[in-house]
Order: sequence, then structure tokens, then C-alpha cells
Amino acid sequence: MPVYYYIFLAVALFCIGIIGVLIRRNAIIIFMCVELMLNAANLLLVAFSKMHHEVLGSNQQSAAGDAQIFVFFIMVVAAAEVTVGLAIIVMLYRNTHSVDVNFLNRLKN
Amino acid sequence: MNAIILTAVWGIVMMFGGVFFKSKATPKYWAIAGLTLIIIANCLELRSGEPFFNVDVKYMLSFNSFNLTFITVALASTLLFFLLSGRDIEKVGANVSEYFALIFFVLCGVCLAATFNTLLILFLGIEIMSIPLYILTGSDKRNLKSNEASLKYFLMGVFSTGIMLMGIAFLYGGNSEGSFFINNINVGDGKMPAMIAIGMVFIMIAMSFKVSAAPFHFWTPDVYDGAPTVFTSFMATIVKVGGFIAFIRLFENSFGKVHGQWQVLIAIIAAATLFIGNLTAVFQQSVKRMLAYSSIAQAGFMLLAIFALNDTAKEGLILYSAAYSLATIGIFAILIKMPDYTIQGFNGLGKQQPVLAVTATVFLLSLTGIPLTAGFQSKLFMLMAALRYGKQYWLVLFAVLCAAVSAYYYFKIIQAMFFKDADQHLGENTSTALGNDITPAFKLLLMITALLIIVLGVFPSLVTDWLHY
Repeated sequence: MPVYYYIFLAVALFCIGIIGVLIRRNAIIIFMCVELMLNAANLLLVAFSKMHHEVLGSNQQSAAGDAQIFVFFIMVVAAAEVTVGLAIIVMLYRNTHSVDVNFLNRLKN
Repeated sequence: MNAIILTAVWGIVMMFGGVFFKSKATPKYWAIAGLTLIIIANCLELRSGEPFFNVDVKYMLSFNSFNLTFITVALASTLLFFLLSGRDIEKVGANVSEYFALIFFVLCGVCLAATFNTLLILFLGIEIMSIPLYILTGSDKRNLKSNEASLKYFLMGVFSTGIMLMGIAFLYGGNSEGSFFINNINVGDGKMPAMIAIGMVFIMIAMSFKVSAAPFHFWTPDVYDGAPTVFTSFMATIVKVGGFIAFIRLFENSFGKVHGQWQVLIAIIAAATLFIGNLTAVFQQSVKRMLAYSSIAQAGFMLLAIFALNDTAKEGLILYSAAYSLATIGIFAILIKMPDYTIQGFNGLGKQQPVLAVTATVFLLSLTGIPLTAGFQSKLFMLMAALRYGKQYWLVLFAVLCAAVSAYYYFKIIQAMFFKDADQHLGENTSTALGNDITPAFKLLLMITALLIIVLGVFPSLVTDWLHY
């Protein structure tokens, strides 16, 4: 399959993520949309890694493999973000009994 | 290398030390002692070029005088922050040593962001820098404003991370060597390939989020306002300049040769940042919020370094980091002691606490950029760098105009301190509330900070000479 298919899929996922962040009001759904954006980047990295692997040939395997290792780093960082993010959302829920970001307007005035 | 390893190790020491520390004041002394040692280790590395730890990093990190000087400046500002505001960190909540541990982890991220040589380390550095900050922002757990700021910062931060990763993926796909090294992304003088251009724009957006540049600055006032004031001081200084170092290193090494093609974008971002930051700061009633907008405005000035991208700009950026951090940490340390954060709260401070008022005046003058202060020299360096580039003079003119506007809102505080009397019904409370908290050591430190600002303003080469070791 040509690499374009993967690029289109990744960009579509990324756009769904961005639109979700911009229009949804529930903190957890926004968070899920952000995860979708990160996974779009993961998919793109793996697709490019395979593309480079074909172009560069097997004598430069390490160059093409770098991206796949990068994906693991992204997963680990995403997990770290989940722990902190969910803790923040729980903390907010304890104080307001809601996870709706529309409640968050106390700082405006 | 010394700074990266030692800050991480000391963070862990502080984290587990929390179990053994009996008194609430102990963690502060441990943090100050550890940070002093780290600064010494880093200066030794800067002088000799030989780190204590010889780790083979496969060229993923690079250490030169520019990076190491910046790390020294960031660590020294943090030390000053600990000395001035250590007692206020203790007041935020019960878990004092954890706050210090998180600050050390942020410093580790700043060191990584200053020395990265591949996009992987850039990503990790920015994340290590941001994630502890989300926690610090929300550390006042019962306060709804702190919760809100924390959630906002978190969502915006993660969103910008997603954009940055997409940019990194496109840069990786676009360069023919399939490498994450920032030097390999460097395309020739010709036109940028489409994928590299897309990746560059994505990364530019993400970095603008991190340094709160104009179209992406909207989270800044809310987050800086809601966070506990001590941590706002840390966020607005060390973390912000850390973002700028990452920004300039990436754009110099990866896109330096195609400078002309993206420079207009940065010029527009810088102009918009200066305009919005300065204009909105004029209308603020709360000093904390005003300082948040003023930090956006100062970011606009620092963007001039990325616009010009020459040696003067790099020297200027280091000097700007030092001058801006010193002045902002100082003014925040005074602000924390005030009973209320409105401009009226500063009324009559000149009579009640002359030392505080005079040092605050020095800090504000430095932020404005009045001659004889470090702020003036650093702004001068930035403008000179932009002039040396030789194109787009309108930006320089605009920056000067904006600096003139900034004088208005900084001088409003000075005027309140010296030329207005304290409100009668508040007067008694204010002076007692102020008096309890201000020790002679605090006053002495403030005076030293103010003196440092003036010394740097007269001899800026004290900092910039380190670049040439």
C-alpha cells in the first residue's frame, strides 16, 4: 500500500482529535481526543519508518528503526500524562461535582 | 551532563527525603544545598569541558558553552527563587519536599531542552518540563481557582504536545535520511519540501504554546493567575526561558539555512505578542494578572532573537533570560508578601517598607528597560540583533513603541507605592500583616538581587563572556 493512505488516515485522526478538543465540553472527552492526536502521530511515525526502510535499504536499518522506538517513548509519556491528568480531573470533580469545562470561568473576572 | 544527572538524582533525594524530614523548614535547606552543588558542578563542566559522568549519549545531547551558560543562568535563577520564596513554598500545602522534588524534575527537563540534539530529546525535555508543572499549578488542592488553572494548563499543554508530535512525525518523514538528528533535518538553501514545511509550522505552533506567544497565549493569564503565586513566579521565568532556548536551538540548527522563508511568520508572531501583551496589561487591576500579561509582552521581545538568529541574538537571549528572571522573581517575591494583589494594595508601601518599595522599583524599571538596568541592556541586544539582520525594520520600531507602552503599567505600581497614601481602614492591618513576614535576611536578598540587576546593566559582559569559554 502506498504511504499516502497512512498519511491520510493519520491526518484524519489528527483532525478528529483537534475538532474534538475544540468543540467538546467534557474534560474527559477532551482528554480522549488529545490521546487520539498522539496516536495519529504514532501511526504516522511507524508508516514513515517503514517508508524509509524501503527507500534506504537494509544497510541503514537503524535510521528507519528510530521512529519505532520513538513511538514507545510517546506511549510512556502519554501514560505519564494520563496519571497526572486524571488526578487533576478527579481533584476538580471533588470540588465542583462536575467535569464540565464550562464551569471553569472563575478566572475570567 | 552534570546538571542533567544531578538534578534528576537530587529530585529523587528530595522526594524520599520527605519521609525523614521532621520539620517543615528542612526541605528548603536541602534543596538550597543541593542546588548550590549542582551549580558548582555545572560551572566546572563549563570551564573544563569535562563532565564528572562520562556517559556515551551517541550524540543525542550536545554540550557547548551556549547551552551550559544557559543552564547556569537557569539554575542560578532557581537558587535565587529558593532563597527568596522558600518560606512561601512551605505555606502552599503540607507536602513541602514534594514541591521541591517536582521543581528539581522541571530543572532536569529544562537542562534536556537546552542540550537536545535529536527531536526525541526535545520532546522528552519539553514533557519532563511540563508534567511536574501541571501538578505544581494545582498544588493548592482546596482552591477552585488553582484546580481550574491546573486543568486548563494540562489540557492546553497536552494539546500542544500532540501538535508538536505531529510536526516531528512530518519532519521525520520529510527528510531523506530518516533521522531525528536536528542537523540532518537541515535542508539546503532551496525551497523547503512540503512535508518539512508542514512539520516546521506544527512545531512552531507547539513551541509558541509553550512560550505563550500571541495567537496561542490565551491560557497564560488564567493559568498564571490561578496557580499559587510562588509557582507562578517559577513558571513565568525559568520554564519560559527554557522553552525559548529549545525554540532557538531547534530553529537555528534545523531551519537556519531557510531562515528567509519562515522569518516573516516569526515576525508576525512577535509583533502580535508584543501588541496583545502590552495592550492588555494596561487594563489589568490585579498586579498578578498584569504581570502575567507583561510576561507575554516580554516573550514578544525574546522572539526577536529567533527572528534575527545571529550571534548577537544568542548572547542577547542569555542576557535576557538572566535579566528577566532576576526582575520577575524579585517582583513576585514582593507581591507574595502583599496582603492583596490589586494595584491599590501597593498604596503607601514606600512609607511602610522603604526597602521593599525601592527594590520593587528597580525590578520594575528593569522590566521596562530603563538605562543602567539589566533589562535595558538585554532589550538593546535584542534590537541590535534584529537591526543587524537588516530587513524588516518595522518590527524594531514596533518593539520600541511597545516598550514605551509598557512603561505606563509598570510605572502605575511605582506611583502607587510612592505617591499615594495607604487607605485608612486598611492601613493598620496592612502594616501588621506585612511586618510579620519580612525578615532582615529577605530584605538583604532583595537588595542583592537589585544590585545584581544594576551590575548586569552596567557590565553585561559578565554574562555574555561565558559564551566564549
